[in-house]
Amino acid sequence: MSDFLSSGWSTYIALVALLGIFWCIWLLFSQRKAKVVHTADGAVADTGHVWDGDLRELNNPLPRWWMWMFLISCIFGLVYLVLFPGLGSFPGIMGYSTRGALMQSMTASNDELKPVMAKYVNMNIIDVAADPKAREMGQRLFLNSCAQCHGSDAGGGKGFPNLTDHDWLYGGSPENIKTTITYGRGGVMPAWSAVLTSDQIKDVANYVRSLSGLPADDLRAARGAEVFKANCVACHGADGKGNIAMGAPNLTDKTWLYGGSEKTIIETITKGRNGMMPAQDKVLSPEKIQLLTAYVWGLSNNKPDQAQQ
Amino acid sequence: MPQSSPGGKPVPIEVIEESLYEVRRKIYPRSVSGLFARWRLILVLATQLLFYGLPWVSWNGRQAVLFDLVQRKFYIFGLVLWPQDVIYLTLLLILSALALFLFTAIAGRLFCGYACPQTVYTEIFMWIERKVEGDRFARIRLDGEEWPWSLRKWRLKVTKHSLWLLIAFWTGFTFIGYFTPIDTLAAAILHLSLGPWQTFWLCFYSFATWGNAGFMREQVCKYMCPYARFQSVMVDKDTFLVTYDKVRGDPRGSRSKSADHTSLGLGDCVDCSICVQVCPTGIDIRDGLQYMCIGCGACIDACDQVMEKVEYPKGLIRYTTERAVEDQESNQSAIRHILRPRVLIYATIITILTTAFFASLLTRNPLRVDVMRDRGALAREVDGVRLENIYRIQIMNASENPMKVNIQVRGLENLSLLNSQGREMGELVVAPASNLLIPAKVSTGIDQNEPGNYPIQFDVTAREQDGEKAIIRTRDEKSSFIIPR
Repeated sequence: MSDFLSSGWSTYIALVALLGIFWCIWLLFSQRKAKVVHTADGAVADTGHVWDGDLRELNNPLPRWWMWMFLISCIFGLVYLVLFPGLGSFPGIMGYSTRGALMQSMTASNDELKPVMAKYVNMNIIDVAADPKAREMGQRLFLNSCAQCHGSDAGGGKGFPNLTDHDWLYGGSPENIKTTITYGRGGVMPAWSAVLTSDQIKDVANYVRSLSGLPADDLRAARGAEVFKANCVACHGADGKGNIAMGAPNLTDKTWLYGGSEKTIIETITKGRNGMMPAQDKVLSPEKIQLLTAYVWGLSNNKPDQAQQ
Repeated sequence: MPQSSPGGKPVPIEVIEESLYEVRRKIYPRSVSGLFARWRLILVLATQLLFYGLPWVSWNGRQAVLFDLVQRKFYIFGLVLWPQDVIYLTLLLILSALALFLFTAIAGRLFCGYACPQTVYTEIFMWIERKVEGDRFARIRLDGEEWPWSLRKWRLKVTKHSLWLLIAFWTGFTFIGYFTPIDTLAAAILHLSLGPWQTFWLCFYSFATWGNAGFMREQVCKYMCPYARFQSVMVDKDTFLVTYDKVRGDPRGSRSKSADHTSLGLGDCVDCSICVQVCPTGIDIRDGLQYMCIGCGACIDACDQVMEKVEYPKGLIRYTTERAVEDQESNQSAIRHILRPRVLIYATIITILTTAFFASLLTRNPLRVDVMRDRGALAREVDGVRLENIYRIQIMNASENPMKVNIQVRGLENLSLLNSQGREMGELVVAPASNLLIPAKVSTGIDQNEPGNYPIQFDVTAREQDGEKAIIRTRDEKSSFIIPR
């Protein structure tokens, strides 16, 4: 690719394109006339060229309008090269680019959708979630923009939160969900390998498991409680119920973003975790974010009959 | 071929430098009546009645034939085709091509002479031209008039072009009416509220009709149409073609009606050149078969009238085969050569394909299903007891009735299918001519199977409610279930 960074190639390609067109025009005019042999009765016979003994070249002239069409094509080509990109790296005076065309068509389609979605912008999220039309649009938006990580059913996966339950890292109120979608979230669990010994980490892991009622080594859990108090309470709270202000998970429930086995918890504490929800404000319009918020909120709050479809 | 003189190799006498780009010589075909002219009139009326009339026919409260490009649904009476049905279009095109081959093998360019839009519109435009400006010689005189034009010439030309443009516009309008509902299109034109693309296509098709049928005419057949160029490989010695009977006609020459032409050493051709005057492509059929001949039979009609006048038998120019002329056979015996391998093979293939086409169209399943496995994650543990894969199921209802759909999944033991809320899928309703996309969870017991990729199958059953009667439609769609290591 580096070859194409120098302007020499651009000039070369431009020259090839232009020479091609001018060569065609030259060919068109240089072949305007041909020597034709006439027979005694005056009818055109052939051009006098004979191949394989009996294959004679007849003179079947092209129509004149064909010549004009060809010339118009050549002129069209030249005009095109001035207006649009095509002549080496010359961008053309119309300033056209495929990227620009994409942006334009995206703006156009957003503008087209705006009136359809506009009425939902000022509505209460809970009312939007109850609207079947909004839910349908929300589902399509979700499948397009969110399902890659959270799954088509919004059930999440390892490292990607389940959006259909009542467990929320950053809060499940409509406002919280909207903030999460709009500005994104960065959930950081620091790595403790430099601070705690592996034995201490194992103790904490057992303590954490005991918090949510999972089987744990009582002795280790008791020791771990001390370590927890000294290191983890700042984020996860004294009772381990987490803090939605910083996205610290509740450790006392059965929901585990990365897994609740002792081994996985040890890995989480030792190496830390980096969760990343990308901000959508640059990608989706406010109307779309409103519809998505309502859809996501509705996933865990709508009544079953509403939630069907 | 046309340029070879009967005497074998021509004798060159002079070498002239000529232009390789020829100015078109305008053709003034003389009006003609007779059997073939009548057939052409019937076919012009039939094809145009169909073309202009079809978009106005209603069916089930909608336009009967509508190719809705925006919604990507193609309505043909009771049939709603989706882009997935493109195979039918392919088959139809193959069938059309084969039919063209078959007819060409039997009787030359029947399509060109009677049903090709280029011929049909040229015919309509020439009819108007004749009504306004008069027949061949009147038109030649009119065009010969020097500038400045007389008031009469202005009047005739303006009338002719106004009528032409009216028909061209109606043709363009009808054509677009196949792709956008014709009644709303008509309303939009009346209110001058046509969209930019509709305006463009309307102008484009109107202009193309006006230009092709009014000005380009035989030039389209001679220089643009590929069919003219490959007809020579489609015909053989037993193909019925518009043929000048050289054996009977030559040597040509005028003679007085009372003279005995055989004693003068003349053939039956009186050299009146009427066959050349009526030819819409301006050729002389007496030069033999040529690629410009569209097989319209105008010269047959014209020559028969002359033969009648001079009291010679008709059919100096007639539909016959090369072999029949060579062997001086009658057409009755030439007809026996129609059933030859080439014709039989074409006919067999067409029969098989047509049967397959209609059989598949009639048994076409309007229920379509697509299953897409979520690729973002392999699988997910649920409550530590089940292993779940996520799918998107797309159910398409290509019928015009609502469908009630049930989905079942099989292929692994203890599979369960739930919707995205984790509840039973239940019965889904898919509206007529629409589709439904639903996420689905499929799960099996954890540790029940070895890790791996298992084929599973979604069985979809739909009840299509067609008025009182319910039709059961089924479709099985394959997918895979992944159990990760």
